[in-house]
Amino acid sequence: MNFNLCPLETWVPRLTMSLSAKDKETVKTFWAKISSSGDAIGADALSRMLVVYPQTKTYFSHWKDLSPGSAPVLKHGATVMGGVGEAVAKIDDLSAGLLSLSELHAFTLRVDPSNFKVLSHNILVVLALMFPTDFTPEVHVAMDKFLAAVARALSEKYR
Amino acid sequence: MVKWTDFERATIQDIFSKIDYGVVGPAALSRCLIVYPWTQRYFGGFGNLYNAAAITSNPKVAAHGKVVIEGLEKAVKNMDDIKSTYKDLSVLHSEKLQVDPDNFNLLADCLTIVVASQMGAAFTPQVHAAFQKFLAVVVASLRKQYY
Repeated sequence: MNFNLCPLETWVPRLTMSLSAKDKETVKTFWAKISSSGDAIGADALSRMLVVYPQTKTYFSHWKDLSPGSAPVLKHGATVMGGVGEAVAKIDDLSAGLLSLSELHAFTLRVDPSNFKVLSHNILVVLALMFPTDFTPEVHVAMDKFLAAVARALSEKYR
Repeated sequence: MVKWTDFERATIQDIFSKIDYGVVGPAALSRCLIVYPWTQRYFGGFGNLYNAAAITSNPKVAAHGKVVIEGLEKAVKNMDDIKSTYKDLSVLHSEKLQVDPDNFNLLADCLTIVVASQMGAAFTPQVHAAFQKFLAVVVASLRKQYY
């Protein structure tokens, strides 16, 4: 594995660690099971992130209410998981598929990319508590790799 | 010194009184070895770690998972001075085992996920925050004696 890291990707190994055919299959199968709960997953993951990693609140100073389950959190959680669903559909070419989202995050939102890992972790925690039997170690590693690949694609336009 | 709220103290005691050490320890360690396969470098003597099924059914992994979680219990019982409670363990991990301390965070993440899957909805954002704060203090204490 090539661990030649640039500062932007402090935790994400470079291009050589990509999704295998098995990873993609595992992700798509699991997503098919859980996608109807997408909004709830997103809301819980976001709620959790704002509580467990309070530094992330700095990106949402324009919201009136940052508490778990509040209206803006619910709405935005659904938006984020909608993006994840889009990524699942475009899993064979995330760079091309997530181009406009990358530009959004890079030029408009300017979210520090270290936060992608933080949100990914919270999504995985929610998947574990909502789907304890389905979220096996094999599904866990595939989803972790997938979310890391999504984060990489979202980081592409940063500089 | 780390300041714990009453809620945080109660939450940590509660979680550790309810979880089955024989289940959570092995599950967290095997998940770590599967999700972050480079961590297998520390377990050369454990035999077959070839795939997820082998890791999950490996008796040495299970035994060691239990050792790890029993080690965590020391911190649960001494929440007001985890740093000195873990002084010897920190020296052990740095000098004898020579574990890259970044790996502590990987195991901590797997533990969080296993506990979350055990507790379900009871693992609220506030409980989750308390648990991760506890693990962060544990990890910092284990890192303390590295030089």
